[in-house]
Amino acid sequence: MEVGQMQGRLVDYTKSLFMEGFLDGQFLQLQQLQDESNPDFVVEVVSLFFDDSEKLLNDLTMALDQPNVDFKKVDAHVHQLKGSSSSIGAQRVKNGCIAFRNFCEEQNIEACLRCLQQVKQEYYLVKNKLEALFRLEQQIVAAGGSIPMMEMGF
Amino acid sequence: MDGGCGGGCGGCSKDDIAVEFGDEPHVLAVDDNLIDRKLVEKLLKNSSCKVTTAENGLRALEYLGLGSDQRNTLEISKVNLIITDYCMPGMTGYELLKKIKESSVLKEVPVVILSSENSPTRISQCLEEGAQMFMLKPLKQSDVKQLKCHLMR
Repeated sequence: MEVGQMQGRLVDYTKSLFMEGFLDGQFLQLQQLQDESNPDFVVEVVSLFFDDSEKLLNDLTMALDQPNVDFKKVDAHVHQLKGSSSSIGAQRVKNGCIAFRNFCEEQNIEACLRCLQQVKQEYYLVKNKLEALFRLEQQIVAAGGSIPMMEMGF
Repeated sequence: MDGGCGGGCGGCSKDDIAVEFGDEPHVLAVDDNLIDRKLVEKLLKNSSCKVTTAENGLRALEYLGLGSDQRNTLEISKVNLIITDYCMPGMTGYELLKKIKESSVLKEVPVVILSSENSPTRISQCLEEGAQMFMLKPLKQSDVKQLKCHLMR
């Protein structure tokens, strides 16, 4: 596949992620921050997000598995995850966290467990999507092409 | 959206802004979230600011020379702006703001509070305590342009 085709695929794929709500405008902000002085900025920040989120999801699983659930602790973890996902534009994960926090406030353990499942699912989905996106970018760069800048006009 | 900052501030250019006092403004950014620290750091560096980050209020105070066991204020790092998250474990951004405003040495440094919650009570509480601005997270490039307008005054 030649570079132009790959770039077209990347643009279409990225657009679909926005259309389907996986990503929001904040992701574009990240991309716009990337420059020659820091060409891997987006991958770096998203990798931090992956590490951070997986730890938080583990902590949440453990916290909800306790005989006496500490809802303040659970809420604190969800708050962190909501913040990180919001900062990188992982919209569905963020929205899942918003719902989760409401149930923490109600101290509704069953609903919290359902939310945790939901958030985990959304997290793994967006992780796969972003990894696929980065692979497409790598292929373009390896073939000597440049990454097209996304615009919000669509 | 091009150039111009909101609210009564003329002449901000889109490019690196030449600051009056010649050097790059030095910003202290305080946030317990690693991703947010990285983000604010990059946003500020892209606007030609020198950035120091701190992961909590105590570390921030130490850096500013206000640590509980610091008597010697001669070693204060000169900071032109402090940006702090509101929700932090231990010392909140609001508590940090109060400590800064209580200090004779640091009370003139503008403090900006960041929060993910758009709470009117929280906003007025911070502004009353002397915060320069209150901004919603996540931070964007247009927000940093607005901040630089404040630094230029």
